[in-house]
Amino acid sequence: MSVMEQDSAGVPARASLFNDPKVRGIFYQLLLVVVLGLLGYFIVSNTITNLERQNIASGWGFLSNTAGFGTNQSLVPYSETSSYGRAIYVGFLNTLLVAGVGIFCATVIGFVVGIARLSNNWVINRLAYCYVELVRNIPLLLQIFFWYFAVLRSIPSKREKWSFFDTFHLNIGGLRVPKPIWEPGSQWIGYALIIGFIASFLISRWARKRQEATGQQFPTLATVLGLIIGLPLIAYFIAGMPVSLEHPNFVESGPILLQGFELNVGINVIPEFLALTAALAIYTASFIAEIVRAGIQAVSHGQTEAAHALGLRNGQTLRLVVIPQAMRVIIPPLTSQYLNLTKNSSLAVAIAYPDLVSMGGTVLNQTGQAIEIIGIWMMVYLSLSLITSAFMNWYNQRMALVER
Amino acid sequence: MANSNMFQFRTEEAPTLSAPVSTRGIIGWMRQNLFSSVGNTILTIIGILLAYSIFAPLIQFALIDAVWTGQNREACLPQEGGHSGACWAYVKAYFPQFIYGRYPAEEIWRVNLVYFLFAALLIPLATPTIPFKRLNTILFFGVFPFVALVLLTGGDFDIGFWAWSLVGAIALIGILLAAFQMLAGGRGLSDVTPVLTAFVGTAVVIAAILLFVSVDFGLVVVETAVWGGLLVTLVIAVTGIVASLPLGIALALGRRSQMPIIRMFSIVFIEFWRGVPLITVLFMSSVMLPLFLPEGVTFDKLLRVLIGVTLFSAAYMAEVVRGGLQAIPKGQYEGAMALGLRFWQMMYLVILPQALKMVIPGIVNTFIGLFKDTTLVLIVGMFDLLGQIQSSFTDPTWSSPSQGHTGYLFAAMVFFCFCFGMSRYSMFMEKKLHTGHKR
Repeated sequence: MSVMEQDSAGVPARASLFNDPKVRGIFYQLLLVVVLGLLGYFIVSNTITNLERQNIASGWGFLSNTAGFGTNQSLVPYSETSSYGRAIYVGFLNTLLVAGVGIFCATVIGFVVGIARLSNNWVINRLAYCYVELVRNIPLLLQIFFWYFAVLRSIPSKREKWSFFDTFHLNIGGLRVPKPIWEPGSQWIGYALIIGFIASFLISRWARKRQEATGQQFPTLATVLGLIIGLPLIAYFIAGMPVSLEHPNFVESGPILLQGFELNVGINVIPEFLALTAALAIYTASFIAEIVRAGIQAVSHGQTEAAHALGLRNGQTLRLVVIPQAMRVIIPPLTSQYLNLTKNSSLAVAIAYPDLVSMGGTVLNQTGQAIEIIGIWMMVYLSLSLITSAFMNWYNQRMALVER
Repeated sequence: MANSNMFQFRTEEAPTLSAPVSTRGIIGWMRQNLFSSVGNTILTIIGILLAYSIFAPLIQFALIDAVWTGQNREACLPQEGGHSGACWAYVKAYFPQFIYGRYPAEEIWRVNLVYFLFAALLIPLATPTIPFKRLNTILFFGVFPFVALVLLTGGDFDIGFWAWSLVGAIALIGILLAAFQMLAGGRGLSDVTPVLTAFVGTAVVIAAILLFVSVDFGLVVVETAVWGGLLVTLVIAVTGIVASLPLGIALALGRRSQMPIIRMFSIVFIEFWRGVPLITVLFMSSVMLPLFLPEGVTFDKLLRVLIGVTLFSAAYMAEVVRGGLQAIPKGQYEGAMALGLRFWQMMYLVILPQALKMVIPGIVNTFIGLFKDTTLVLIVGMFDLLGQIQSSFTDPTWSSPSQGHTGYLFAAMVFFCFCFGMSRYSMFMEKKLHTGHKR
């Protein structure tokens, strides 16, 4: 950049101070700092004046005040007498729940559709293509509305129900499922599960080492499944079957107000949760399907041919050669889809599912603490996304091709 | 050749037999693609059943059972024992509201004119074979936004003293800089013309725009509060993308800059906006922005939303552009520098044209995302297309069981047409523009 300029006479001109890249750099950065500082001062001083004028005390004191509003889903004890802080915590847990369930469902649907997109079967192939193109070109909010207002409005009212296998019951109040009752002795099942996980971790490590050393394969998958499912089952029977199911109770006769499902018997999955999870999972799955397809297509066909030439069977080729290489391409965009799903779960506010934004919004309306509430929202979502990208970087580093 | 008759030679070519029926035509295709194995056959049957169970009711609802004409809900109520189909009569009755919101009926020609101008400028811009691209681009990005602004709002803005003093300040800075360079560097007037043109030119352009929007063209002022429907959707999406593109380019350059403070600022800005959901950004711009401003200064609600959307999509745009910048080989930078180009010349003439061309699909993708995300403004109380449809459900004149389904189906079709069309266009451009970067 430091080109000496020459005037027409051929005598090198003294470079102006302004053309010195170092000086210029310092000048620009100083300018940015000054502008940002002035902007910050302007915003902060205006905010303080405005808050004083509206009689809003800034600070976090309001979090311990009584909330005074209820919610139809909370994973921890919560009532109208709980504090605002508790209400926001309940909302945060609900966000995590819907994100977790949504991510699981979206991954399953996405992988199935993504593989179907590569199918030789024309019908399956086209169906998957239609699904992807239709779903991802329609706004998510519209899909949430569709599931909540259109689909869930056509299911039975409070005093009727649809039943599946006599265990799951669906009506306008939500999906009722049996609730497990943990009796004394059931802790052994939990211990067995933990032991199963630790044992399968150790076994798979040992099996990999042995395979690397001797080439002998060990039926890892079967063993692991047996340990994780079998051990708790054995514990369940030894401890004397301490878990029982509490079935939801449907009242068909008696006073009209008491007809329908009895309160607090069994687990009730609220319709807002159903609609939001369905919309999030189906929407995100259409993106995941494309990621999976691209990932599998990125593995060159020569790899498959080479694997076949080595005598690997189709299943082995897929499991040992194609999928590990495809995952390297799939995981980074997949993680950001998970992140998108988590961020999109904030649309819950449109159908009043009590998530972080919805609960926070109620608190905001009651207290007027806009800065604190929006600050909490942004902090929570920012930390989630930073954690995700940290994981992504770690995974990328672990999985990166090691070249010369 | 005594025993020549021991061999029989064919004297003419045997007629070419066509391939067996099982491998050609529709049957062959079906055997290959649908029924090549038992598993495949089962999959085909499942697939057909699935497709039938999804599309048959949809066609039944949208076309066969549909009600096309009617004056009110009576027409769309389910007939004796039958299911109710789509109530297109309701969509027809509400159509103006879906497209224009509550925009005054006698002023709708202004919106139509804006739609027309938009299409008339966009179509030649998007068709590669039509010439005058540069003029077209200038008209579309430089002139059209302000014409549209005046047409839609009615113009006649009250430009405050501070705006004029800002213009004056920009011009003054330019003149002072030029003077400083002349004095310190001992150069002539011709050497500092670039600086003068840059600053004074900017000031003149801004002044012209300010003058233009402050002139009273005799149009009735239409508050943005009565805008709605597709108009709001398009205004937010188009403004968002047009405003976020330069901001995104600046941020992307900032992120790759060697000046640590500028780089830090860009990274924090990008990561912050990308890490939070748009809905919190919208809440922030509608609830918090008024707190930041001095008492008495108020922003239009639409403008507040536009600011939020622009900052949000600028962060995404910056990452897209950064991808393009990273894909340019280092030799291009070095070549440009070796030619003696200054930083902005290098960027403007060499790097950005290549980088932006490469990331057109990414830009279109961002735009599709933004277009879909405009629906979120209904949560902060604005009526875009979806908001307008949602609010029409409260009207008792048309309330029928199929109203909700019809409304959502209409919205889905509109959004699908826009988004799918754009994604096809981006694929077409990608094919057209790939200039040897693809292996």
